[in-house]
Amino acid sequence: MRAISCIAWSVFRESVRDRVPYNLVLFAVLLIASSFLIGQLTAGQDVKIIKDLGLAATAVFGLFIAIFIGIGLVSKEVERKSIYALLSKPISRPQLILGKYLGLVLTLAVNVAVMVAALYVVLAYMTFTESAQFRAGWDAPGIDPALLKSILLIFVELMLITALALFFSTFSTPLLSAALTFGFYIVGHFNNDLRNFEKVVDSPTVAWIARAFYHVLPDLSAFDVKTEVVHGLPVPAGYLVMTVAYGLLYITILLSASTLIFSRRDFK
Amino acid sequence: MGPAIRTEELTKDYAIGFWRKKPYRALDRLSISIEAGEVFGFLGPNGAGKTTTLKLLMQLIFPSSGKAEILGQPVGHVATRQRIGYLPENPYFYDYLTAEELLRYFAQLFGLPPAERKKRVDSLLDKVGIGAERKLQLRKFSKGMVQRVGIAQALINDPDVVFLDEPMSGLDPLGRRDVRSLILELRDRGKTVFFSSHILADAEALCSRVAVVAGGRLAASGRLNDMLAFEVRGWELVMTDLKPEVLTRLGPSAKRTTEISPGRYAIELSLDCPPERILSDLTATGAKVVSLNPIRDTLEDFFVRRVAEAGSARPASLEVSRARD
Repeated sequence: MRAISCIAWSVFRESVRDRVPYNLVLFAVLLIASSFLIGQLTAGQDVKIIKDLGLAATAVFGLFIAIFIGIGLVSKEVERKSIYALLSKPISRPQLILGKYLGLVLTLAVNVAVMVAALYVVLAYMTFTESAQFRAGWDAPGIDPALLKSILLIFVELMLITALALFFSTFSTPLLSAALTFGFYIVGHFNNDLRNFEKVVDSPTVAWIARAFYHVLPDLSAFDVKTEVVHGLPVPAGYLVMTVAYGLLYITILLSASTLIFSRRDFK
Repeated sequence: MGPAIRTEELTKDYAIGFWRKKPYRALDRLSISIEAGEVFGFLGPNGAGKTTTLKLLMQLIFPSSGKAEILGQPVGHVATRQRIGYLPENPYFYDYLTAEELLRYFAQLFGLPPAERKKRVDSLLDKVGIGAERKLQLRKFSKGMVQRVGIAQALINDPDVVFLDEPMSGLDPLGRRDVRSLILELRDRGKTVFFSSHILADAEALCSRVAVVAGGRLAASGRLNDMLAFEVRGWELVMTDLKPEVLTRLGPSAKRTTEISPGRYAIELSLDCPPERILSDLTATGAKVVSLNPIRDTLEDFFVRRVAEAGSARPASLEVSRARD
Protein backbone atom coordinates (compact mmCIF):
# COMPACT_ATOMS: atom_id res chain seq x y z
CA MET A 1 0.00 0.00 0.00
CA ARG A 2 2.91 2.32 0.86
CA ALA A 3 4.46 1.78 -2.55
CA ILE A 4 1.16 2.40 -4.35
CA SER A 5 0.50 5.67 -2.50
CA CYS A 6 4.11 6.82 -3.10
CA ILE A 7 3.78 6.23 -6.84
CA ALA A 8 0.32 7.84 -6.95
CA TRP A 9 1.58 10.92 -5.14
CA SER A 10 4.54 11.21 -7.51
CA VAL A 11 2.21 11.02 -10.55
CA PHE A 12 0.06 13.74 -9.01
CA ARG A 13 3.06 15.97 -8.32
CA GLU A 14 4.45 15.43 -11.83
CA SER A 15 1.02 16.24 -13.36
CA VAL A 16 0.60 19.36 -11.27
CA ARG A 17 3.99 20.66 -12.42
CA ASP A 18 3.30 19.78 -16.03
CA ARG A 19 1.47 22.80 -17.44
CA VAL A 20 -0.92 20.89 -19.71
CA PRO A 21 -3.65 20.28 -17.09
CA TYR A 22 -3.38 23.87 -15.87
CA ASN A 23 -4.05 25.20 -19.32
CA LEU A 24 -6.95 22.83 -19.86
CA VAL A 25 -8.55 23.65 -16.52
CA LEU A 26 -8.05 27.36 -17.09
CA PHE A 27 -9.67 27.07 -20.49
CA ALA A 28 -12.60 25.13 -19.03
CA VAL A 29 -13.07 27.69 -16.24
CA LEU A 30 -13.06 30.51 -18.82
CA LEU A 31 -15.62 28.63 -20.88
CA ILE A 32 -17.85 28.11 -17.85
CA ALA A 33 -17.52 31.80 -16.99
CA SER A 34 -18.31 32.83 -20.54
CA SER A 35 -21.44 30.67 -20.48
CA PHE A 36 -22.82 33.40 -18.22
CA LEU A 37 -22.53 35.85 -21.12
CA ILE A 38 -23.98 33.37 -23.62
CA GLY A 39 -26.87 32.77 -21.23
CA GLN A 40 -27.66 36.47 -21.28
CA LEU A 41 -28.41 36.24 -24.99
CA THR A 42 -31.13 33.63 -24.56
CA ALA A 43 -34.12 34.93 -22.69
CA GLY A 44 -35.29 32.67 -19.89
CA GLN A 45 -32.91 29.82 -20.75
CA ASP A 46 -29.74 31.29 -19.26
CA VAL A 47 -29.41 29.02 -16.20
CA LYS A 48 -29.94 25.89 -18.31
CA ILE A 49 -27.28 27.01 -20.77
CA ILE A 50 -24.83 27.69 -17.98
CA LYS A 51 -25.44 24.24 -16.47
CA ASP A 52 -25.29 22.54 -19.87
CA LEU A 53 -22.09 24.25 -20.92
CA GLY A 54 -20.52 23.86 -17.49
CA LEU A 55 -21.14 20.11 -17.35
CA ALA A 56 -20.09 19.61 -20.98
CA ALA A 57 -16.87 21.58 -20.41
CA THR A 58 -16.09 19.48 -17.34
CA ALA A 59 -16.62 16.27 -19.32
CA VAL A 60 -14.68 17.34 -22.43
CA PHE A 61 -11.69 18.92 -20.69
CA GLY A 62 -11.61 16.07 -18.20
CA LEU A 63 -11.46 13.75 -21.22
CA PHE A 64 -8.45 15.63 -22.63
CA ILE A 65 -6.64 15.44 -19.30
CA ALA A 66 -7.46 11.74 -18.93
CA ILE A 67 -6.20 10.91 -22.43
CA PHE A 68 -3.15 13.17 -22.58
CA ILE A 69 -1.82 12.26 -19.17
CA GLY A 70 -3.20 8.72 -19.13
CA ILE A 71 -1.35 7.59 -22.25
CA GLY A 72 1.91 9.06 -20.95
CA LEU A 73 1.72 7.35 -17.59
CA VAL A 74 3.38 4.14 -18.68
CA SER A 75 4.51 4.71 -22.26
CA LYS A 76 6.50 7.83 -21.39
CA GLU A 77 8.21 5.95 -18.56
CA VAL A 78 9.10 3.14 -20.95
CA GLU A 79 10.11 5.42 -23.81
CA ARG A 80 12.36 7.59 -21.65
CA LYS A 81 13.58 4.56 -19.71
CA SER A 82 12.82 6.10 -16.34
CA ILE A 83 11.05 2.82 -15.62
CA TYR A 84 14.39 1.00 -15.31
CA ALA A 85 15.36 2.64 -12.05
CA LEU A 86 11.80 2.52 -10.76
CA LEU A 87 11.32 -1.22 -11.33
CA SER A 88 14.58 -2.02 -9.53
CA LYS A 89 13.00 -0.71 -6.33
CA PRO A 90 11.02 -3.05 -4.05
CA ILE A 91 7.73 -2.66 -5.93
CA SER A 92 5.87 -5.14 -8.09
CA ARG A 93 4.64 -4.32 -11.56
CA PRO A 94 0.95 -4.51 -10.53
CA GLN A 95 1.70 -2.00 -7.74
CA LEU A 96 3.27 0.30 -10.30
CA ILE A 97 0.19 0.15 -12.56
CA LEU A 98 -2.19 0.72 -9.68
CA GLY A 99 -0.12 3.59 -8.26
CA LYS A 100 0.07 5.29 -11.64
CA TYR A 101 -3.66 4.91 -12.14
CA LEU A 102 -4.60 6.23 -8.71
CA GLY A 103 -2.21 9.17 -9.18
CA LEU A 104 -4.01 10.20 -12.32
CA VAL A 105 -7.42 9.69 -10.74
CA LEU A 106 -6.29 12.05 -7.97
CA THR A 107 -5.15 14.59 -10.58
CA LEU A 108 -8.49 14.27 -12.35
CA ALA A 109 -10.40 14.65 -9.09
CA VAL A 110 -8.63 17.92 -8.30
CA ASN A 111 -9.16 19.25 -11.83
CA VAL A 112 -12.82 18.27 -11.91
CA ALA A 113 -13.28 19.85 -8.47
CA VAL A 114 -11.85 23.15 -9.78
CA MET A 115 -14.15 23.09 -12.82
CA VAL A 116 -17.20 22.23 -10.70
CA ALA A 117 -16.36 24.99 -8.22
CA ALA A 118 -16.18 27.45 -11.13
CA LEU A 119 -19.59 26.26 -12.35
CA TYR A 120 -21.18 26.69 -8.92
CA VAL A 121 -19.64 30.18 -8.54
CA VAL A 122 -21.27 31.26 -11.83
CA LEU A 123 -24.59 29.66 -10.80
CA ALA A 124 -24.43 31.32 -7.38
CA TYR A 125 -23.84 34.70 -8.97
CA MET A 126 -26.77 34.07 -11.29
CA THR A 127 -29.06 33.01 -8.41
CA PHE A 128 -28.24 36.00 -6.22
CA THR A 129 -28.54 38.58 -8.98
CA GLU A 130 -31.87 37.40 -10.42
CA SER A 131 -35.18 38.28 -8.78
CA ALA A 132 -37.17 35.61 -6.90
CA GLN A 133 -39.95 35.96 -9.46
CA PHE A 134 -37.58 35.22 -12.32
CA ARG A 135 -36.02 32.28 -10.45
CA ALA A 136 -39.49 30.79 -9.96
CA GLY A 137 -39.62 30.14 -13.71
CA TRP A 138 -36.54 27.85 -13.60
CA ASP A 139 -37.01 24.06 -13.96
CA ALA A 140 -34.51 23.44 -11.16
CA PRO A 141 -32.85 25.64 -8.57
CA GLY A 142 -29.76 27.59 -9.65
CA ILE A 143 -27.39 26.08 -7.09
CA ASP A 144 -28.77 22.63 -7.63
CA PRO A 145 -27.13 19.78 -5.67
CA ALA A 146 -28.58 17.39 -8.27
CA LEU A 147 -25.82 18.57 -10.61
CA LEU A 148 -23.45 16.52 -8.46
CA LYS A 149 -25.19 13.36 -9.70
CA SER A 150 -24.15 14.19 -13.23
CA ILE A 151 -20.67 15.20 -12.05
CA LEU A 152 -20.28 11.90 -10.19
CA LEU A 153 -21.07 9.97 -13.38
CA ILE A 154 -18.79 12.22 -15.46
CA PHE A 155 -16.00 11.50 -12.99
CA VAL A 156 -16.54 7.72 -13.09
CA GLU A 157 -16.59 7.94 -16.90
CA LEU A 158 -13.27 9.83 -16.80
CA MET A 159 -11.87 7.14 -14.50
CA LEU A 160 -12.92 4.57 -17.08
CA ILE A 161 -11.32 6.56 -19.92
CA THR A 162 -8.11 6.81 -17.87
CA ALA A 163 -8.13 3.05 -17.34
CA LEU A 164 -8.61 2.61 -21.10
CA ALA A 165 -5.71 4.98 -21.88
CA LEU A 166 -3.53 3.16 -19.37
CA PHE A 167 -4.51 -0.21 -20.82
CA PHE A 168 -3.58 0.80 -24.37
CA SER A 169 -0.36 2.44 -23.25
CA THR A 170 0.88 -0.81 -21.68
CA PHE A 171 1.42 -2.28 -25.13
CA SER A 172 1.34 0.47 -27.76
CA THR A 173 2.88 3.83 -28.60
CA PRO A 174 1.52 7.06 -27.08
CA LEU A 175 0.03 8.22 -30.39
CA LEU A 176 -1.74 4.94 -31.07
CA SER A 177 -2.93 4.78 -27.46
CA ALA A 178 -4.44 8.26 -27.78
CA ALA A 179 -6.15 7.37 -31.06
CA LEU A 180 -7.52 4.08 -29.67
CA THR A 181 -8.75 5.69 -26.46
CA PHE A 182 -10.43 8.50 -28.34
CA GLY A 183 -11.95 5.95 -30.75
CA PHE A 184 -13.33 3.94 -27.83
CA TYR A 185 -14.72 7.12 -26.30
CA ILE A 186 -16.64 7.91 -29.49
CA VAL A 187 -17.81 4.33 -29.99
CA GLY A 188 -18.71 4.11 -26.29
CA HIS A 189 -21.11 7.00 -26.61
CA PHE A 190 -22.92 5.38 -29.53
CA ASN A 191 -22.72 1.91 -28.05
CA ASN A 192 -26.35 1.91 -26.95
CA ASP A 193 -27.37 1.91 -30.63
CA LEU A 194 -25.67 -1.47 -31.08
CA ARG A 195 -27.92 -2.99 -28.45
CA ASN A 196 -30.99 -2.77 -30.62
CA PHE A 197 -29.29 -3.18 -33.96
CA GLU A 198 -31.79 -5.80 -35.12
CA LYS A 199 -34.29 -2.97 -35.57
CA VAL A 200 -32.01 -1.44 -38.18
CA VAL A 201 -30.67 -4.54 -40.02
CA ASP A 202 -32.38 -7.71 -41.20
CA SER A 203 -29.40 -10.04 -40.84
CA PRO A 204 -29.52 -11.86 -37.49
CA THR A 205 -25.74 -12.49 -37.70
CA VAL A 206 -24.97 -8.80 -37.96
CA ALA A 207 -27.42 -8.10 -35.14
CA TRP A 208 -25.74 -10.79 -33.02
CA ILE A 209 -22.26 -9.33 -33.71
CA ALA A 210 -23.55 -5.85 -32.87
CA ARG A 211 -24.99 -7.18 -29.61
CA ALA A 212 -21.64 -8.83 -28.80
CA PHE A 213 -19.85 -5.54 -29.40
CA TYR A 214 -22.37 -3.82 -27.17
CA HIS A 215 -21.42 -6.10 -24.30
CA VAL A 216 -17.65 -5.88 -24.84
CA LEU A 217 -17.33 -2.15 -25.51
CA PRO A 218 -18.00 0.30 -22.69
CA ASP A 219 -21.45 1.87 -22.72
CA LEU A 220 -20.48 5.46 -22.01
CA SER A 221 -23.89 6.93 -22.84
CA ALA A 222 -25.08 5.49 -19.52
CA PHE A 223 -22.88 8.04 -17.73
CA ASP A 224 -24.55 10.98 -19.46
CA VAL A 225 -27.40 12.35 -17.33
CA LYS A 226 -26.71 15.99 -18.14
CA THR A 227 -30.08 16.58 -19.81
CA GLU A 228 -31.97 15.11 -16.87
CA VAL A 229 -30.27 17.18 -14.19
CA VAL A 230 -30.35 20.39 -16.22
CA HIS A 231 -34.10 20.06 -16.77
CA GLY A 232 -34.75 19.06 -13.18
CA LEU A 233 -35.83 15.51 -14.13
CA PRO A 234 -35.25 12.75 -11.55
CA VAL A 235 -32.17 10.53 -11.67
CA PRO A 236 -32.97 7.57 -9.41
CA ALA A 237 -30.37 6.57 -6.79
CA GLY A 238 -30.61 2.97 -8.01
CA TYR A 239 -29.57 4.08 -11.49
CA LEU A 240 -26.60 5.96 -10.07
CA VAL A 241 -25.46 2.98 -8.01
CA MET A 242 -25.80 0.56 -10.92
CA THR A 243 -23.97 2.86 -13.34
CA VAL A 244 -21.14 3.52 -10.89
CA ALA A 245 -20.88 -0.23 -10.21
CA TYR A 246 -20.77 -0.89 -13.98
CA GLY A 247 -18.00 1.70 -14.35
CA LEU A 248 -15.98 0.26 -11.47
CA LEU A 249 -16.35 -3.28 -12.82
CA TYR A 250 -15.15 -2.17 -16.25
CA ILE A 251 -12.21 -0.31 -14.65
CA THR A 252 -11.29 -3.40 -12.62
CA ILE A 253 -11.26 -5.53 -15.76
CA LEU A 254 -9.14 -2.97 -17.64
CA LEU A 255 -6.65 -2.61 -14.80
CA SER A 256 -6.36 -6.38 -14.43
CA ALA A 257 -5.69 -6.72 -18.16
CA SER A 258 -3.14 -3.87 -18.01
CA THR A 259 -1.39 -5.56 -15.10
CA LEU A 260 -1.32 -8.88 -16.90
CA ILE A 261 0.21 -7.39 -20.05
CA PHE A 262 2.61 -5.14 -18.15
CA SER A 263 3.82 -7.96 -15.87
CA ARG A 264 5.00 -10.00 -18.85
CA ARG A 265 6.49 -7.17 -20.83
CA ASP A 266 10.20 -6.95 -21.71
CA PHE A 267 11.70 -3.48 -21.42
CA LYS A 268 14.31 -3.69 -24.17
CA MET B 1 27.32 -18.05 2.61
CA GLY B 2 26.40 -18.52 -1.06
CA PRO B 3 27.35 -16.24 -3.91
CA ALA B 4 25.85 -12.74 -3.99
CA ILE B 5 25.02 -13.05 -7.69
CA ARG B 6 24.75 -16.20 -9.73
CA THR B 7 23.62 -16.90 -13.26
CA GLU B 8 23.23 -20.33 -14.77
CA GLU B 9 23.07 -20.79 -18.53
CA LEU B 10 21.27 -17.44 -18.73
CA THR B 11 20.04 -16.88 -22.28
CA LYS B 12 18.04 -14.16 -23.97
CA ASP B 13 16.65 -14.39 -27.48
CA TYR B 14 14.80 -11.65 -29.28
CA ALA B 15 12.69 -11.99 -32.37
CA ILE B 16 13.69 -9.34 -34.89
CA GLY B 17 12.08 -8.26 -38.13
CA PHE B 18 8.49 -7.27 -38.81
CA TRP B 19 6.83 -10.06 -40.77
CA ARG B 20 9.33 -12.88 -40.89
CA LYS B 21 10.69 -12.73 -37.42
CA LYS B 22 14.15 -14.19 -36.96
CA PRO B 23 15.70 -15.13 -33.66
CA TYR B 24 18.56 -13.02 -32.41
CA ARG B 25 20.51 -14.27 -29.40
CA ALA B 26 21.54 -11.29 -27.27
CA LEU B 27 22.95 -13.45 -24.48
CA ASP B 28 24.11 -17.01 -24.83
CA ARG B 29 24.22 -19.38 -21.81
CA LEU B 30 25.98 -17.05 -19.42
CA SER B 31 27.11 -18.69 -16.20
CA ILE B 32 28.90 -16.55 -13.65
CA SER B 33 29.13 -16.43 -9.90
CA ILE B 34 30.11 -13.42 -7.82
CA GLU B 35 31.01 -13.71 -4.17
CA ALA B 36 29.78 -11.25 -1.55
CA GLY B 37 32.15 -8.32 -1.03
CA GLU B 38 33.65 -8.54 -4.53
CA VAL B 39 34.04 -5.72 -7.03
CA PHE B 40 33.28 -7.51 -10.26
CA GLY B 41 33.91 -5.94 -13.66
CA PHE B 42 31.66 -7.04 -16.50
CA LEU B 43 33.54 -6.06 -19.60
CA GLY B 44 32.82 -6.16 -23.27
CA PRO B 45 32.62 -4.05 -26.40
CA ASN B 46 29.42 -2.22 -27.33
CA GLY B 47 26.58 -4.64 -28.06
CA ALA B 48 28.30 -7.53 -26.28
CA GLY B 49 25.36 -8.31 -23.99
CA LYS B 50 26.37 -6.38 -20.86
CA THR B 51 23.19 -4.32 -20.56
CA THR B 52 21.07 -7.35 -21.49
CA THR B 53 22.62 -9.24 -18.57
CA LEU B 54 21.96 -6.38 -16.18
CA LYS B 55 18.38 -6.05 -17.38
CA LEU B 56 17.89 -9.78 -16.84
CA LEU B 57 19.28 -9.46 -13.33
CA MET B 58 16.86 -6.58 -12.65
CA GLN B 59 14.05 -8.53 -14.35
CA LEU B 60 13.39 -5.69 -16.75
CA ILE B 61 13.44 -8.44 -19.35
CA PHE B 62 12.70 -12.13 -18.91
CA PRO B 63 15.19 -14.88 -19.83
CA SER B 64 14.47 -17.24 -22.72
CA SER B 65 16.16 -19.95 -20.66
CA GLY B 66 18.49 -20.36 -17.72
CA LYS B 67 18.18 -18.71 -14.34
CA ALA B 68 19.69 -16.01 -12.20
CA GLU B 69 19.81 -15.44 -8.45
CA ILE B 70 20.68 -12.47 -6.29
CA LEU B 71 21.44 -13.04 -2.61
CA GLY B 72 20.16 -16.59 -2.94
CA GLN B 73 16.76 -15.53 -4.28
CA PRO B 74 15.53 -15.73 -7.88
CA VAL B 75 15.64 -12.38 -9.66
CA GLY B 76 12.35 -10.54 -9.45
CA HIS B 77 11.90 -11.39 -5.76
CA VAL B 78 10.50 -8.05 -4.60
CA ALA B 79 11.75 -8.27 -0.99
CA THR B 80 15.32 -8.92 -2.16
CA ARG B 81 15.26 -5.61 -4.04
CA GLN B 82 15.26 -3.97 -0.63
CA ARG B 83 18.99 -4.86 -0.56
CA ILE B 84 19.80 -4.02 -4.18
CA GLY B 85 20.87 -0.81 -5.89
CA TYR B 86 20.85 -0.31 -9.67
CA LEU B 87 22.16 2.39 -11.95
CA PRO B 88 20.79 1.93 -15.49
CA GLU B 89 22.86 2.82 -18.54
CA ASN B 90 22.29 6.49 -19.50
CA PRO B 91 19.70 6.96 -16.78
CA TYR B 92 16.72 9.25 -17.21
CA PHE B 93 14.40 10.43 -14.48
CA TYR B 94 11.36 12.65 -14.14
CA ASP B 95 11.58 16.10 -15.73
CA TYR B 96 9.58 17.94 -13.13
CA LEU B 97 11.14 16.50 -9.98
CA THR B 98 14.21 18.00 -8.35
CA ALA B 99 17.20 15.78 -7.52
CA GLU B 100 16.23 15.95 -3.88
CA GLU B 101 12.61 15.02 -4.54
CA LEU B 102 13.60 12.11 -6.77
CA LEU B 103 15.85 10.64 -4.08
CA ARG B 104 13.21 11.22 -1.42
CA TYR B 105 10.65 9.48 -3.62
CA PHE B 106 12.87 6.45 -4.08
CA ALA B 107 13.77 6.45 -0.37
CA GLN B 108 10.04 6.35 0.38
CA LEU B 109 9.66 3.32 -1.86
CA PHE B 110 12.25 1.61 0.34
CA GLY B 111 10.20 2.59 3.39
CA LEU B 112 12.89 4.76 5.00
CA PRO B 113 11.53 6.87 7.88
CA PRO B 114 11.43 10.65 7.18
CA ALA B 115 14.42 11.63 9.37
CA GLU B 116 16.61 8.88 7.93
CA ARG B 117 15.40 9.76 4.44
CA LYS B 118 16.50 13.37 4.73
CA LYS B 119 19.88 12.41 6.19
CA ARG B 120 20.52 9.83 3.48
CA VAL B 121 19.43 12.12 0.62
CA ASP B 122 21.62 15.01 1.83
CA SER B 123 24.72 12.90 2.41
CA LEU B 124 24.40 11.03 -0.91
CA LEU B 125 23.93 14.20 -2.94
CA ASP B 126 26.98 15.66 -1.20
CA LYS B 127 28.93 12.51 -1.97
CA VAL B 128 28.16 12.57 -5.71
CA GLY B 129 28.90 16.28 -5.91
CA ILE B 130 25.40 17.71 -6.41
CA GLY B 131 25.40 20.97 -4.47
CA ALA B 132 22.87 23.78 -4.75
CA GLU B 133 21.59 22.18 -7.98
CA ARG B 134 19.68 19.66 -5.87
CA LYS B 135 16.76 22.12 -5.78
CA LEU B 136 16.62 22.32 -9.59
CA GLN B 137 14.22 20.26 -11.67
CA LEU B 138 16.02 17.39 -13.39
CA ARG B 139 15.13 18.63 -16.90
CA LYS B 140 17.69 21.39 -16.31
CA PHE B 141 20.48 18.92 -15.50
CA SER B 142 23.40 18.07 -17.81
CA LYS B 143 24.09 14.44 -18.74
CA GLY B 144 26.91 14.16 -16.23
CA MET B 145 24.77 15.57 -13.44
CA VAL B 146 21.95 13.13 -14.22
CA GLN B 147 24.55 10.35 -14.06
CA ARG B 148 25.59 11.54 -10.61
CA VAL B 149 21.96 11.59 -9.47
CA GLY B 150 21.63 8.09 -10.94
CA ILE B 151 24.51 6.87 -8.82
CA ALA B 152 23.03 8.50 -5.72
CA GLN B 153 19.63 6.85 -6.27
CA ALA B 154 21.32 3.46 -6.68
CA LEU B 155 22.75 3.83 -3.16
CA ILE B 156 19.73 5.38 -1.42
CA ASN B 157 18.87 2.17 0.45
CA ASP B 158 22.49 1.45 1.45
CA PRO B 159 22.32 -1.74 -0.65
CA ASP B 160 24.36 -4.89 -0.11
CA VAL B 161 24.63 -5.52 -3.84
CA VAL B 162 25.09 -2.65 -6.29
CA PHE B 163 24.67 -2.99 -10.05
CA LEU B 164 26.19 -0.17 -12.07
CA ASP B 165 25.73 -0.13 -15.84
CA GLU B 166 28.50 2.00 -17.36
CA PRO B 167 28.87 4.15 -14.24
CA MET B 168 31.55 6.41 -15.73
CA SER B 169 29.50 7.28 -18.81
CA GLY B 170 29.03 11.02 -19.32
CA LEU B 171 31.28 11.94 -16.40
CA ASP B 172 34.19 14.38 -16.52
CA PRO B 173 37.59 13.30 -15.13
CA LEU B 174 36.70 14.60 -11.68
CA GLY B 175 33.41 12.74 -11.72
CA ARG B 176 35.20 9.55 -12.77
CA ARG B 177 37.62 9.90 -9.92
CA ASP B 178 34.71 10.43 -7.49
CA VAL B 179 32.93 7.32 -8.75
CA ARG B 180 36.09 5.27 -8.48
CA SER B 181 36.55 6.28 -4.86
CA LEU B 182 32.88 5.61 -4.21
CA ILE B 183 33.20 2.06 -5.57
CA LEU B 184 36.32 1.47 -3.48
CA GLU B 185 34.51 2.81 -0.43
CA LEU B 186 31.65 0.37 -1.09
CA ARG B 187 34.18 -2.46 -1.37
CA ASP B 188 35.76 -1.44 1.93
CA ARG B 189 32.34 -1.56 3.54
CA GLY B 190 31.89 -5.14 2.35
CA LYS B 191 29.37 -4.42 -0.40
CA THR B 192 29.23 -6.40 -3.62
CA VAL B 193 29.64 -4.24 -6.71
CA PHE B 194 28.84 -5.53 -10.19
CA PHE B 195 29.68 -3.00 -12.80
CA SER B 196 29.68 -3.13 -16.55
CA SER B 197 32.08 -1.08 -18.58
CA HIS B 198 34.00 -0.97 -21.80
CA ILE B 199 36.63 1.22 -20.19
CA LEU B 200 39.35 -1.19 -19.17
CA ALA B 201 41.32 1.23 -17.02
CA ASP B 202 38.37 1.35 -14.62
CA ALA B 203 38.31 -2.41 -14.32
CA GLU B 204 42.08 -2.57 -13.77
CA ALA B 205 41.85 0.05 -11.05
CA LEU B 206 38.84 -1.36 -9.23
CA CYS B 207 38.09 -5.02 -9.82
CA SER B 208 39.17 -8.12 -8.03
CA ARG B 209 37.65 -10.26 -10.78
CA VAL B 210 36.34 -9.61 -14.25
CA ALA B 211 34.34 -11.34 -16.94
CA VAL B 212 34.70 -10.51 -20.60
CA VAL B 213 31.66 -10.92 -22.83
CA ALA B 214 31.64 -10.64 -26.58
CA GLY B 215 28.85 -11.40 -29.02
CA GLY B 216 26.58 -12.42 -26.16
CA ARG B 217 28.98 -15.07 -24.91
CA LEU B 218 31.31 -15.29 -21.97
CA ALA B 219 34.79 -15.01 -23.48
CA ALA B 220 36.75 -15.20 -20.22
CA SER B 221 36.37 -14.73 -16.50
CA GLY B 222 38.59 -14.87 -13.48
CA ARG B 223 41.00 -12.92 -11.31
CA LEU B 224 42.92 -10.19 -13.07
CA ASN B 225 46.19 -11.64 -11.73
CA ASP B 226 45.36 -15.02 -13.23
CA MET B 227 44.11 -13.67 -16.52
CA LEU B 228 47.01 -11.42 -17.31
CA ALA B 229 50.64 -12.41 -17.65
CA PHE B 230 52.10 -9.83 -15.37
CA GLU B 231 55.67 -10.90 -16.04
CA VAL B 232 57.81 -8.53 -18.06
CA ARG B 233 57.83 -9.30 -21.79
CA GLY B 234 60.27 -6.61 -22.90
CA TRP B 235 61.51 -3.09 -22.23
CA GLU B 236 60.65 0.31 -23.61
CA LEU B 237 63.61 2.68 -23.65
CA VAL B 238 63.25 6.37 -24.51
CA MET B 239 66.50 8.25 -25.30
CA THR B 240 67.34 11.71 -26.54
CA ASP B 241 70.38 13.13 -28.40
CA LEU B 242 70.69 9.78 -30.11
CA LYS B 243 72.48 9.60 -33.44
CA PRO B 244 70.58 7.51 -36.02
CA GLU B 245 73.69 5.53 -37.03
CA VAL B 246 74.08 4.31 -33.43
CA LEU B 247 70.69 2.60 -33.68
CA THR B 248 71.98 0.15 -36.30
CA ARG B 249 74.44 -1.17 -33.70
CA LEU B 250 71.56 -2.48 -31.59
CA GLY B 251 70.78 -5.15 -34.21
CA PRO B 252 68.00 -7.66 -33.36
CA SER B 253 67.88 -6.50 -29.71
CA ALA B 254 65.71 -3.57 -30.86
CA LYS B 255 62.37 -5.06 -31.88
CA ARG B 256 60.97 -1.69 -32.91
CA THR B 257 62.30 1.84 -33.06
CA THR B 258 60.10 4.94 -33.29
CA GLU B 259 61.40 8.47 -33.78
CA ILE B 260 59.36 10.70 -31.45
CA SER B 261 61.12 13.94 -32.47
CA PRO B 262 64.57 14.69 -34.02
CA GLY B 263 67.17 12.84 -31.92
CA ARG B 264 64.53 11.42 -29.55
CA TYR B 265 63.64 7.73 -29.94
CA ALA B 266 61.44 5.11 -28.31
CA ILE B 267 63.11 1.70 -28.59
CA GLU B 268 61.35 -1.58 -27.78
CA LEU B 269 63.93 -4.07 -26.54
CA SER B 270 63.42 -7.80 -26.46
CA LEU B 271 63.35 -9.54 -23.10
CA ASP B 272 66.54 -11.52 -23.66
CA CYS B 273 68.53 -8.33 -24.11
CA PRO B 274 69.90 -6.95 -20.78
CA PRO B 275 68.92 -3.24 -20.74
CA GLU B 276 71.93 -2.31 -18.58
CA ARG B 277 74.38 -3.17 -21.39
CA ILE B 278 72.39 -1.28 -24.04
CA LEU B 279 72.13 1.71 -21.74
CA SER B 280 75.88 1.88 -21.16
CA ASP B 281 76.59 1.42 -24.90
CA LEU B 282 74.22 4.21 -25.90
CA THR B 283 75.14 6.69 -23.17
CA ALA B 284 78.78 6.26 -24.23
CA THR B 285 77.82 7.85 -27.60
CA GLY B 286 76.50 10.97 -25.84
CA ALA B 287 72.82 9.95 -25.78
CA LYS B 288 70.77 10.65 -22.65
CA VAL B 289 68.23 8.32 -21.02
CA VAL B 290 64.71 9.74 -20.69
CA SER B 291 62.99 6.62 -19.36
CA LEU B 292 63.22 2.86 -19.18
CA ASN B 293 60.01 0.91 -18.51
CA PRO B 294 59.14 -2.79 -18.47
CA ILE B 295 56.47 -3.90 -21.00
CA ARG B 296 53.75 -6.07 -19.45
CA ASP B 297 50.56 -7.59 -20.84
CA THR B 298 47.70 -5.16 -20.18
CA LEU B 299 44.03 -5.89 -19.72
CA GLU B 300 43.50 -4.17 -23.04
CA ASP B 301 45.78 -6.67 -24.82
CA PHE B 302 43.94 -9.51 -23.17
CA PHE B 303 40.54 -7.98 -23.96
CA VAL B 304 41.31 -7.39 -27.62
CA ARG B 305 42.62 -10.94 -27.98
CA ARG B 306 39.59 -12.54 -26.32
CA VAL B 307 37.05 -10.40 -28.13
CA ALA B 308 38.70 -11.23 -31.46
CA GLU B 309 38.64 -14.95 -30.60
CA ALA B 310 34.98 -14.77 -29.59
CA GLY B 311 34.16 -12.90 -32.80
CA SER B 312 35.73 -15.57 -34.98
CA ALA B 313 33.94 -18.32 -33.05
CA ARG B 314 30.49 -16.77 -33.44
CA PRO B 315 28.13 -18.73 -35.70
CA ALA B 316 27.53 -17.11 -39.08
CA SER B 317 23.72 -17.04 -38.72
CA LEU B 318 23.96 -14.97 -35.58
CA GLU B 319 26.38 -12.59 -37.26
CA VAL B 320 23.82 -12.00 -39.98
CA SER B 321 21.15 -11.34 -37.40
CA ARG B 322 23.40 -8.90 -35.58
CA ALA B 323 24.12 -6.97 -38.72
CA ARG B 324 20.41 -6.67 -39.49
CA ASP B 325 19.73 -5.47 -35.97
